[in-house]
Parts: sequence; structure tokens; C-alpha cells
Amino acid sequence: MTTSPSRRRSADDRLFRLGTGIFALLVVLLVAAIGYELFKTSRLSIAKFGLAFWRTKTWDPVAGEFGALPFIWGTLYSSFLALLISTPIALGIAIFVSELAPRSLRTPLAFLTELLAAIPSIVYGLWGIFVLVPVVRGLETHTPAWLRKVPLFSGPPLGVGMLSAGLILAVMVIPFTSSVAREVLKAVPATQREAAYALGATRWEAIRAALQFGRTGILGAIILGLGRAVGETMAVTMVIGNNPQVSLSLFAPQYTMAAVIANEFTEAADDLYLSALIEIALVLFVITLVINALSRFLIWRVSREIKVKEPRSAGAEKAAA
Amino acid sequence: MIRAARRRLLSNFVAGLCGLAVVLALVPLAFVFFYVVKQGFSSLNWDFFTQMPKPVGEPGGGMANAMVGTLILIGLASLLAIPVGLIAGVYLSEYAGGKFASAVRFTADVLNGVPSIVIGIFAYGLAVLPVHRFSALAGGLALGFMMIPIVTRTTEELLNLVPSTLREGALALGATRARAAFGVMVPAALPGIMTGILVALARIAGETAPLLFTSFNNRFFTARLDQPIASLTVQVYTYAISPYDDWHRQAWAGALVLVAFVFIFSVLARMVTRRLERMHRT
Repeated sequence: MTTSPSRRRSADDRLFRLGTGIFALLVVLLVAAIGYELFKTSRLSIAKFGLAFWRTKTWDPVAGEFGALPFIWGTLYSSFLALLISTPIALGIAIFVSELAPRSLRTPLAFLTELLAAIPSIVYGLWGIFVLVPVVRGLETHTPAWLRKVPLFSGPPLGVGMLSAGLILAVMVIPFTSSVAREVLKAVPATQREAAYALGATRWEAIRAALQFGRTGILGAIILGLGRAVGETMAVTMVIGNNPQVSLSLFAPQYTMAAVIANEFTEAADDLYLSALIEIALVLFVITLVINALSRFLIWRVSREIKVKEPRSAGAEKAAA
Repeated sequence: MIRAARRRLLSNFVAGLCGLAVVLALVPLAFVFFYVVKQGFSSLNWDFFTQMPKPVGEPGGGMANAMVGTLILIGLASLLAIPVGLIAGVYLSEYAGGKFASAVRFTADVLNGVPSIVIGIFAYGLAVLPVHRFSALAGGLALGFMMIPIVTRTTEELLNLVPSTLREGALALGATRARAAFGVMVPAALPGIMTGILVALARIAGETAPLLFTSFNNRFFTARLDQPIASLTVQVYTYAISPYDDWHRQAWAGALVLVAFVFIFSVLARMVTRRLERMHRT
């Protein structure tokens, strides 16, 4: 019995779908495998310290005492600082490039700002150590004495510390936030602005209307930047000072979750130490997973709401960058 | 009237602020480039590309072994990530509408945001812990995992640029979907996909964190995959945090090589993508 060509073709097509689908599935499996592996190798620390791990300040590998509070604090503080600086700048860039700049300038400006994302983290770190940190140190030594009494500016003027980390992180986060925000603004229908202009709005008022319209996506762009800041390792490790303490001071050398892993992982001699570091990695993984999922969800929702002419993802350029 | 003037003033003021934001972002870019080129160029010489690292205290030497190491590492990463990413990308583009495709797309984007240091630990647990030895293989694995989502999404994006009439034509002529995808669509998008892969490679070559405890470092030349291997980035890191001026100079030279690599590929990719877009727009 012979099978008809059309039936063979549909069998072939099913095979094709299955075959390529398996590779697509690998992407999903990879994420699951990362979570499983990290959980498996950090069980020792999870079992020993439980939730106290995240509330304890002491990090003393020699005594076998591990508390990760300073690292969580450092990661949150530095990321918050980075977002504080980068968000207005990134949104300004997005508005300028998509709404204000002359058409001929748009592409080159977008390219240049996205080049910021292409520079390797280690190069930022190198630049941070030898150029940024001395500048920050100069700034800190020239801080007037009365200001130094404020907890925010107390501590020795070392240059390395929270301020340097926040600044370098901000620079690194800007391209991610601005490119997604730009895509969102581009996707806002022109009718929104036209309606605003028709009502007699000024340019800024029309832009504000567009921002209002795409606010979910803008929020997604900011959260995407947060995800980058939280996970950034090398540049921060090189300028933050690597001192596990919980301090409000911008001048104080502190530590982040990613930095402690980068610094101490190869030195971790015993299983508990290693497992404590991997637990930090596990939490970092979960945090960035949640942040990125949230950000993608928000961006996806706004692009679906807007229903652009052609379905395209807001993160496309970012992925290519 | 005054109110209108005030509103116009505010509008211009905000526009000025937005322009200022662009300047604020371009200043660090210019500064980083300026320093890397200035410091790197004066330390870059023939030795840097041909010599091995000298012991502490001896001036001179280069990063020949580290550059070969980086090439080996990104070669290994490509072996893993290009087939997986390419085929997964074909799936996403061929079955774009499905729920599973959306889920994969979503996961790929999320994976792209997972910190590289976490990927490094994963590769450590997979390939270092069981054999108790750092290896080039582990480093290549870590870089490959990072590359997979980038190649997947780039392939998908570029396949989507190819007009679907091409696929329909192939199917109408009796081609199977596999033939239509791999025989027509992929070749049509190939220049773009290849540059996309080059950009991914350039980005991966600049990664340090996932290599710290997978491929580690090696002062000597090696091509063995089960041994620790040097890489440009880890070498730059080691030299940057060292107390020696001569090593600092070499770190800058290494940074210049990295930046040049990334920059050239970014510009190249931009040119190719734009040409493809223009070609397929009509």
C-alpha cells in the first residue's frame, strides 16, 4: 500500500513541528534546570540557616556563620540608586529620540545610546576603578563638614563605595530602559498626539498624553532596567568596595549579592560556604526571574492594547543589542 | 495669554531637559571610549598579541594565550548555542501564533535577563563540581547558555523580516514545511542571522562573570578542553585589580581589544540589518 503524497507531507510537517519544537522546549528546560540545580546545591545552607539567612548581618566564613542581609541590602540600595539616576535620563532620551529630534538624527542617536549596552561590563569596571572612583573620591573629600554629619554622606571618603556603584550602574541601565521606552512611545498611535494637539496642547502636553497612554509599557521598561541593575556583577564588584555592612551612607564601601559570589566563590573552601553562596545565587535568580517576567508582561500588555500594524515585540532591539 | 505663554515655556523647558538627558548619556559613552582608546592604544603593541603573560615584576609580555582562550570559549559556546538557538528560532517564526511559541518567547526573554553570574554557577554545578576541575568546557557551556536566547530571538526576528509570500510560494510548489523553512526562509534571512550571531558572539566574548569559576584562568597556553583556560576578560579583571602599573596598562590594552571587537560587530550588524529591512520593506 502506498501513502498518498499529501498524507506523507502532512506527516513530514508534523515531524518538523515536533523536531523544531523540541529545541524550543530546550530553552524552557534550561531555565527550569538552572532553578533546580541552584536549589539542589544550596540545600545545605537552606537547611542550616533557614530564613534567618536573610535577616542576619554576620558574614564570617571562618566561623561558619553566614548571613546575607548586607548583600541583599547592597543590591537593593545600589539598584534603587541606579534607577533614581537612570530613569529620568532614559525617559528623556526616549522622548527626545522618538518625539523631538529631527528625523535624520533619530537613528544615529538611538544607535549611540544603545552602544552603551554593548560595552562589556569589565570595561566599565576598569574605567570605574581608574577614572570614576578618583573623581568620586575628590567629590567626597570636598564635601563640607556639616553635610558629612548627615548619615547619607558619612563615612571615610574612599571613592569606592555605594555612590560609585550607583553611578556606574545607572550608565549601564540607561540603554535598556531607553530603548524599550522608545519602542513603547513609537507604538502609541499618532491619533493620541493629534487629538491632544487638536485640543490646543503644547508639544509637552501632547507627549505627556502619549506617555500616559503607554504608561504600562514605560513601567515595564523601568522594571527591565531594574532587572539589569540587580544582576550586574563585574563593574559593581570593582567599584563598590566589597565590605559586607548595612549602611545608609553613599560613601560607605558595601557589597552586593552578585559581587560576593564573584569574589568569594573560588575561595569557598568548605561545602557550607559554597552552599551559602549558591543560595545567594538562587535568590538572585528568582528575583531577576520575577522582575523580568513582570517587565515582559507589562510591555507585552501595552503592545497588545495598542495593536500596532504589525505584531512586533518591544524587546526586539534590546535582544539584538 | 500669560497662561498660554507659560505652557509654551514649560513645553520648551521639558524639551530642553530631554536634550540634556541625551547629552548626559553620551558623556559617559564618550569618556569610556576616550579613556579606553587613549590608555589602550599606548599599551597596545605587537607583544600584546604574540607574547604570553610574564611573571609578576617582569615588565612586558602579552595576552596571546588569553586571546586564543577567548576564541576557543566562544567557539565552544557557538557549537552549543547556534544549532539550538537557530532551530528554536525557526520554530518560533514558523508557529508564531501558538501558545507554546509565546511561552518559549517569553522564557527566552526572561532567560536573557538572568544574571550572567547565575548562569556561571549553573555551569559550575554541571561541569566543574562533578569532576572537581575548572575547564574550558565549563566556560564554553556557560557562555553557550547565555547565547541561546539571543540567537533564538535574533533568528526569529530576522525570519519575520522575510516576506511570508516566500514561504507560501514554496508550500504551493509542494515543498514540505521543513523544506520551506530551511531551504527558503533561512537562506533568505541568512546574512542577517549570521550578523546577529556575530553580535551575540561579540557580547559573549565580553562576559567575565560566568567564566570566573568555570574556565577560571591559566597563565599558560592550552588547547585542552578539560583544563582551565585563560580568557581576555578574566585576564583584564585579574590585571585591573592587581597593584602593578604594568599590568594596569595591559588591562587597558585588553579593554581596547574587547571594545574594538564589540564596536566593529555592532556597526556591521546595524548595516546589514538596515539593508535587509530596506530590501524587504516593499
